[in-house]
Amino acid sequence: MSPNLVSFVYLIAAILFILGIKGLTKPKTAVRGNLLSAVGMLLAVTVTLLTVNNVDFRYVIAGVAVGALVGGMMALKVQMTSMPQMVALLNGFGGGASLTIALAEFVTRVGMAPTSLSEIGQPLVIPVNAFGDGLVGTIAIVSIGLTVLIGAVTLTGSLVAFAKLQELMKKAYGLPGGPLANGLLLFGAVVSLVILVNNPGNLAAMLAILGLALLLGLFLVMPIGGADMPVVIALLNSYSGIAAALAGFILGNTVLIVAGSLVGTSGLILTQIMCVAMNRSLSNVLFGKMAAGGEEIDADEIYDGKVTSAQPDEIALMLETAKRVVIIPGFGMAMAQAQHAVRELADALEAQGAEVEYGIHPVAGRMPGHMNVLLAEAEVPYDKLVEMDRINPTFEETDVVIVIGANDVTNPMARESEGSPIYGMPILNVDKAKNVVVIKRSLSPGFAGLPNPLFAMDHTVMVYGDGKKAVVEMTTALNQI
Amino acid sequence: MDILILLLALFVLALFLGVELITKVPPTLHTPLMSGTNAVSGITLVGALMAAGTDSSPVLVNWLGFVAIMFATINVVGGYLVTNRMLAMFKRR
Repeated sequence: MSPNLVSFVYLIAAILFILGIKGLTKPKTAVRGNLLSAVGMLLAVTVTLLTVNNVDFRYVIAGVAVGALVGGMMALKVQMTSMPQMVALLNGFGGGASLTIALAEFVTRVGMAPTSLSEIGQPLVIPVNAFGDGLVGTIAIVSIGLTVLIGAVTLTGSLVAFAKLQELMKKAYGLPGGPLANGLLLFGAVVSLVILVNNPGNLAAMLAILGLALLLGLFLVMPIGGADMPVVIALLNSYSGIAAALAGFILGNTVLIVAGSLVGTSGLILTQIMCVAMNRSLSNVLFGKMAAGGEEIDADEIYDGKVTSAQPDEIALMLETAKRVVIIPGFGMAMAQAQHAVRELADALEAQGAEVEYGIHPVAGRMPGHMNVLLAEAEVPYDKLVEMDRINPTFEETDVVIVIGANDVTNPMARESEGSPIYGMPILNVDKAKNVVVIKRSLSPGFAGLPNPLFAMDHTVMVYGDGKKAVVEMTTALNQI
Repeated sequence: MDILILLLALFVLALFLGVELITKVPPTLHTPLMSGTNAVSGITLVGALMAAGTDSSPVLVNWLGFVAIMFATINVVGGYLVTNRMLAMFKRR
């Protein structure tokens, strides 16, 4: 097959990827967009298979078979609540694929025989121009080194993110010295990269990049947890794309560069959106510094004697007369698997003539759009899911707000209390509503570790207990009235 | 040399195009966007096939190629299937 024809097919594949993402700008066209993108992938892979010469197909068939089996099982079995874990794993595999491509290309170009692994440390005698002449050679080895670096960080970082989301790793571990130690790891990897570029046959330098980058991925993500997860997942998503684009530079492959850059920008933009939604800088999230806390805030002082609680059937009486109800879901709703129960409550409210909408904070849950997917699973129409900026002006005309499993994103201290760690974070102004119902296990603080004055307000009622059970009881009571 | 400048130009233009496209994706579809871009980053399967070596390559290259092909295929198959599953839920109404 002529190289021009191959390039032409890659161009078509790239266009299909772009149209695929364009389809995602509207829920109605999204399924078709995803299909177009998949067709592009099929074209690109097929044409590549027709071009590569003398490939050992045993390895190709085995890789595709195992990959398709694992990928297919994961995609069909995963629960919607576990979607953040799934995406974390896919990010990691993306980084791992680019990493192993770069390593394979390195070994091919230096012509390393399998036995030479025992000769680590001695600069290999490599063929002259193994990486190409002059600038071409430099760029090839720089791309290989950078792909190994970013691919390895993405791989181990994502595996840690997965372990944290799956709650296999519950505590936050970090290196003594935290950011400084991570900085040293990165510095060491970059120095090794410079050595490698000056002497592409230096196997020890290549292994140093690999080892340091794998460690960096581990220690970068291990101290981060909870509500900061959306930022980490979005960032690793971006890294996996950047690694793919760099792999494209190694192989001089256009479709890898285009697709990789699209994924890279997508992850970066999502990272940016998440950071803005928490009013924190990226470095602040990565190095785990919440803004300095000002004076200590005593939770007892805020809550003492001012918190009222009620049973679900009492809430039902309040809901019976409501004309407009807004539901605010948070990670707690995912934990309690309460999305279907919430939809049934909304159905009951709508059946008696109330208007129901959902207010979605950008960082609710553990990844961008987490709440939307859960509610879509429960068959809530997507036009009922309203973004923060559009729902906020409506709270004053809202009779009842039901907060389920959310905390920090409703904390009025972010608006009013200058010097509070979360001051300046955009929040859902649920305290402006006529009545607020908060379903929560206890008064324990959220991720920011702060008390929430919303809970102590006169028009707020707490319903303690499991989110799903409480909502089901409310629905039952409402239907009996 | 010329080809490098061309690749670099492609890279930069794709970054700009990415920004234009992604900023138009509504927040409600951000999770499918992430899994969908996971699938697109499975394009490394093309790279993996090119880097997997020939029947005369060192065995290490073949094995690295096998791992790369496996990882990339997980992303392609898993990514597109799970995205389709999610998007079908959004389309239902």
